[in-house]
Amino acid sequence: MLEIRDLRASAGDKEILRGIDLTVNAGEVHAVMGPNGSGKSTLAQVLAGHPAYQVTGGSVLYRGQDLLDLEPEERAQAGVFLAFQYPVEIPGVTNAYFLRAAYNEIRKARGQEEVDSMDFLDLLEEKLKVVEWEPEIMSRAVNSGFSGGEKKRNEILQMAVLEPRLAILDETDSGLDIDALRIVAAGVNKLRRPDNATIVVTHYQRLLNYIVPDYVHVLSSGRIVKSGGKELALELEARGYEWLEDAVGAAS
Amino acid sequence: MTEAFVQEFEARAGTATAEGPEWLEPIRRAAMERFARTGFPGPRDEEWRFTPIGPIAQGTWRPATGGAGEVTREQLAPFVFGHADWTTLVFVNGVYSESLSSIAALPAGVRVASLADALRSDGAFLEAHLGRYAPVSSPFTALNTAFMAEGGVVHVTANVDLSAPVHLLYVTTADAGGTVAHPRNLIVVGRGARASVIKSYVTLAPGQGYWTNPVTEVAVAAGAWVEHTRIQRESESAQHVGLTHVEQQRDSHYRSFSLAMGGALARHNLHVRLNDENIETLMYGLYVTRGEQVADNHTAIYHDQPNCRSWEVYKGILDGRSRAVFNGKVFVKHEAQKTDAKQTNRNLLLSDGARVDTKPQLEIFADDVKCTHGATVGRLDEGARFYARSRGIPAAAADRLLTYAFAAEVVDEVSLAPVRAELDRLVLGRLGGL
Repeated sequence: MLEIRDLRASAGDKEILRGIDLTVNAGEVHAVMGPNGSGKSTLAQVLAGHPAYQVTGGSVLYRGQDLLDLEPEERAQAGVFLAFQYPVEIPGVTNAYFLRAAYNEIRKARGQEEVDSMDFLDLLEEKLKVVEWEPEIMSRAVNSGFSGGEKKRNEILQMAVLEPRLAILDETDSGLDIDALRIVAAGVNKLRRPDNATIVVTHYQRLLNYIVPDYVHVLSSGRIVKSGGKELALELEARGYEWLEDAVGAAS
Repeated sequence: MTEAFVQEFEARAGTATAEGPEWLEPIRRAAMERFARTGFPGPRDEEWRFTPIGPIAQGTWRPATGGAGEVTREQLAPFVFGHADWTTLVFVNGVYSESLSSIAALPAGVRVASLADALRSDGAFLEAHLGRYAPVSSPFTALNTAFMAEGGVVHVTANVDLSAPVHLLYVTTADAGGTVAHPRNLIVVGRGARASVIKSYVTLAPGQGYWTNPVTEVAVAAGAWVEHTRIQRESESAQHVGLTHVEQQRDSHYRSFSLAMGGALARHNLHVRLNDENIETLMYGLYVTRGEQVADNHTAIYHDQPNCRSWEVYKGILDGRSRAVFNGKVFVKHEAQKTDAKQTNRNLLLSDGARVDTKPQLEIFADDVKCTHGATVGRLDEGARFYARSRGIPAAAADRLLTYAFAAEVVDEVSLAPVRAELDRLVLGRLGGL
């Protein structure tokens, strides 16, 4: 599904990703962990095509395609979805309108017919259940005045509607209370299928109690310094990140 | 070209177009004399400093003389909206057309008429209101007052709910080229009454150069509720300089929405005077410009009495080499304690060539008040743009969506749903759809 080779990226003069290698296959859940500033959010944003970052080296193959060659909207149309750490508020556009516009653009790009608002409402009704939400949320402006938890739930709702092949969750657990965390994680789990894959970017192990990863990677200073199974997350929870950074420091 | 107007005024005196009740002539004449004295505003006039009135002041303007005979209802269909039971008064090139207008069954206590008709049949009522509110201190208002003869009159008496809006529709045709019209509207809403009035300035001849110089006086009595919507879609070669002057009494609610999309130069002054306590005033505006258009909004709110609230949001979307001017004055008198006034002007620039001059002007003489203002000029938010694109929405569509969203935030404040829907449609049409 995804092959990242020696990926390097900067913001302005500052190199943030310094050679990332990562392979993600269909059906897998990968957790990317690391301390603040390690580059894990940058990795998520670079994969989605955020214009603030320049890719300076390496390659990303997504389903055989050069992902880096695609515009952000083309990536989305090809099935890449980034759940934002800080979802953007768009006052003036309803959640329903925004999501239908996105849904239809993706359908259009795939040569499918667009759906009208009535049919879309039927679809929504099903998808709202994934995040245990009432339809009222759809007539509010996109993320506008939403609580932190509502914003994250909205990301998962969008994910449920857009049905990505590759979902990247960027710090989806940050700022969530335990109930919101449970709903969001349950939503993600309901959307897991053998033919899609998920990358969970997180600082804390907590989320991984709910979304159990197949692989855990630890990022430090723009590189993956350790990979392992789900037990690695527990070890990090117990020992922190410092021992890894020290080990890397000593090795280099 | 001041002299030309004086000559025309004298030529009209005594003719049918200048007829009216006895009390009217001195008002017209005083206004004419005032204009003859001042002429058009000069470059040093602070009120007009950013407003390019050269084409008006240096132009030669014939009086607009109607031409409804050539206009069909089908041609007007794109400008008429809402429900069948709305009253629509149609004015073609400044002159009322009875055959194109539709006057619905109105509740008892409501009168809707053209100014010319009202002057013939309702002189006593007009004497009490016409020209009593809008000061002729502006040369343009003076000129309008000197030539006032045509326009719309809406009178809702005490405690009557005019549930269906009244639409005053001003349309120009190809015959309007080189002419000036001075529409004069009067809206009087009695104690505890409710009314919604829409004014539209539109054209069937998008390339024509003409000048519209309207004045609207609005009197909102104690406890009354008024929604006033202005849709300005003149020819993009036209000049439009308008004044809306509002007087509010105790416990009243007045809300205004002004959409400006047309005109080479489109200036609108909105003045609201709060004459008593516990008054609420909401002023919303949206200007959407392109090419070389200039959209100029000057608002002034006079907090003369305590415990009143005014809330103002004007937004602009500018493309091409267009320009916008926003000047928002808030005057709070010494006795107007507990005033709550907020003013916001936000501008979205879609091109490098567009420009905005925005100036809040607060003069506060009371010490226990809450008055705030803010102005922004910016581009589409990159974060929001990326967010939309990351959901599969192409860049151009994302830009339109976000531009529309910027406008929708203020259009949403219009309380009548069919009016809101029409404004929405107009904005969407202008932005090229979604």
